[in-house]
Amino acid sequence: MTQTTKIRIDPITRLEGHGSINIFLDKAGKVVKTYFQIPELRGFEKFCEGRPVEEMPRITQRICGVCPTAHHMAAIKAADAVYHVDPPPTAKKIREMMYNFFFVADHATHFYILGGPDFVVGPDAPPAERNIFGVIAKVGLDIGSKVIQALQDTHEAVAIIGGRYINPVGTLPGGVSKPISEEERARLEQIARGCVEFGQLSLKLFEDIVLKNKQYVAMIKSDAFTHRTYYMGLVDEQNRTNFYDGKVRVVDPDGKEFVKYGPNEYLQHIAERVEPWTYLKFPYLKNVGWKGFVDGKDSGVYRATPLSRCNAADGMATPLAQAHYERFYHALGGKPVHATLATHWARLIELLYSGERALELACDPEITSTNIRTIPTATPDEGVGIVEAPRGTLTHHYITDERGLLRKVNLVVGTTNNHAPICMSVQKAAQGVIQPGKPVTQGLLNQVEMAFRAYDPCFGCATHAMPGQMPLTIKLHDEDGRLITVLSRDENGRVTTRNAEEL
Amino acid sequence: MAKNNKLKIAIYWAASCGGCDVAVVEIGHNLLKLKEAADILFWPAAMDFKYSDVEAMPDKHIDVCLFNGSVRTSENEHIAKLLRAKSKVMVAFGSCAYEGCIPGLANLYNRGDILTRVYQETPSTENPDGVIPQPHCKVPEGDLDLPEFYESVKPVGMVVPVEYSVPGCPPVASQVWGVLEAIIAGKLPPVGAVLGAGDRNLCEECERVRDGTKVKQFVRPHEVIADPKKCFLEQGIVCSGPATRAGCGRPCIRVGMPCRGCYGPPEGVKDQGAKLLSAIMAVIDPEADVEQLVSQIVDPVGTLYRFSLSDSLLQQIKWQEAEKK
Repeated sequence: MTQTTKIRIDPITRLEGHGSINIFLDKAGKVVKTYFQIPELRGFEKFCEGRPVEEMPRITQRICGVCPTAHHMAAIKAADAVYHVDPPPTAKKIREMMYNFFFVADHATHFYILGGPDFVVGPDAPPAERNIFGVIAKVGLDIGSKVIQALQDTHEAVAIIGGRYINPVGTLPGGVSKPISEEERARLEQIARGCVEFGQLSLKLFEDIVLKNKQYVAMIKSDAFTHRTYYMGLVDEQNRTNFYDGKVRVVDPDGKEFVKYGPNEYLQHIAERVEPWTYLKFPYLKNVGWKGFVDGKDSGVYRATPLSRCNAADGMATPLAQAHYERFYHALGGKPVHATLATHWARLIELLYSGERALELACDPEITSTNIRTIPTATPDEGVGIVEAPRGTLTHHYITDERGLLRKVNLVVGTTNNHAPICMSVQKAAQGVIQPGKPVTQGLLNQVEMAFRAYDPCFGCATHAMPGQMPLTIKLHDEDGRLITVLSRDENGRVTTRNAEEL
Repeated sequence: MAKNNKLKIAIYWAASCGGCDVAVVEIGHNLLKLKEAADILFWPAAMDFKYSDVEAMPDKHIDVCLFNGSVRTSENEHIAKLLRAKSKVMVAFGSCAYEGCIPGLANLYNRGDILTRVYQETPSTENPDGVIPQPHCKVPEGDLDLPEFYESVKPVGMVVPVEYSVPGCPPVASQVWGVLEAIIAGKLPPVGAVLGAGDRNLCEECERVRDGTKVKQFVRPHEVIADPKKCFLEQGIVCSGPATRAGCGRPCIRVGMPCRGCYGPPEGVKDQGAKLLSAIMAVIDPEADVEQLVSQIVDPVGTLYRFSLSDSLLQQIKWQEAEKK
């Protein structure tokens, strides 16, 4: 019997690269500590120095090919601020409309392809079925084809406005590059109407399949998937969720407003910690302080997710989404909700809001105005742009010279906000399933996956796309680092255990 | 391991953003056709993947490997070499693998500059002890490893030989499917070819009017309201069209934004930046003060070589000089 054992889950796929989880057990076989590592760095905060600020929307979107539109929007808002330029109302509306279509596409991708299959198909279903094809089999071809159609249509909508779905272009400091023609507007309105229907359909599906299943509800509410943390989200003047613009509001674990800050004040409230064992930093609330990987009011750990945005806001700005928002808190026992898995439900409420908001904008009489540019005249200097990315609050901070060439760049990226909570959730899930004397099984893999999948498809970008396998191998090492056992899952979801001698 | 004679394909991401994987997913219903025609042996974005499985394969077991992302870490390099050995045909898929892409601009700085900026200097970072992530690290419970962050970004073709390249950031879905169809049909052109794109430059198929106007002043896109029907370059707005391979369908130009060159240089051109510079020189008014005009192009290296710095002659010279030292 060895003194300590290390279990390594590697690779668990994507956040700007791959990820791995290391779980350390004590001699009794209990989980002592888990480490969630991001083994990749590209250095945008350095090599953007020297670039013209108006190019940043096209450069920083290469940070993430899953949510390039979020970086595009944060960058253009920071560039507006650098030039002290206020775009015409139509330009802002066009941007916000593109952004909301992107949100529908992104949230739909997560629910139907990445994280949602756990619920729709079932946590106990064979992994080979926990994918989009499994979802279609469960919900029927009719609804399945609506899902595929919704994805295609929203991709088309983003491309109408920004040229293409992956890495759209079309924003400039002071506005957008192209007005919306009446013909385009009519198509966008049609797509947006489809999005609203699709949002309602998705929520109905969630209710039928998840909420009517007592076992699922119990899992959502269980302690293994609960953390009492601070919550962050962008809100409008009436404290309602907004993805494109507003102030960042943070509520404490009791749901009370802790702080509300504008983009220029972010440095007074957010700090990032560096650990030597991962390339990704750990943001926390500066005025609470870093107390380690723990939750509660005394720990500066916060979350920035769809659930966080619901907790941080007083409501949704569109009627259908607001009705579901109220239902959400009624069903889960009031605000705030700490159940990590409720993030899936919150995400669908946001999907509906995005559809409704895109429709409002597509029907706005001003949307086809050709007054879409304000030429910047002020000397560029410094600016901060904040938007909500699907995976959390996204901050771009630029300092330029008098020609608008970047001197300094700082980025606090969506998923990065959640790095510490993800570590904590993974640890809690591991502690829940790894018990002394109990063999490590499929259950571990699945629950550990579910713990982080609720946060963020960026880890699992397309993980479930086809044929639905989460790439997982668990390696058990003894204290000298010798490999003892490899636990792996084949493409049919069968878990096999191989001893070191067999390898 | 496949027990039939179906084509065996692998798709891998190294230092990348995931956009190339999303681009493959964007082929939509054709994914099902791909599944029918080929066994995808691994695709970490979408399927079960274990390094040990690849290590266990006989050499040349994979028919075609689509490799996206550049080589930035020791892990990227290890996998590139492993996949090379196991694949009959290796394709540098997408701009990062083909020519380094935007993350290749990191080669304007060195490793130390980047680590210092990210982990010590950024204003939101609180790091009194100056901690920098380490390849090997002792934590109270044991040891943890991270891949080594290399000095520079390299296209995969500089680390291992590749047979083909597919340009684009990311490659557009219709072109991706075209490439896959060619692979499935076994109709690949001679080794060395660029797949999924045209041969000529973007201007050859651009609908914007060129009337020979000579440029008296260069402006940046946000400084003017450009004429949506006229050539960007002739309006004094730098556009990479003359130095960029056709094939994307011009989505950027169609929404009123100049090309930045993500499809790389056209056939027969090695250095995209040099080609663009000569195209820029050709539109300058002969009576203008050339030096003054050129100084109006801010960030020349980041503009001319936005996507291709790592694969440029400029980069080669820099590396050769570093080697001499």
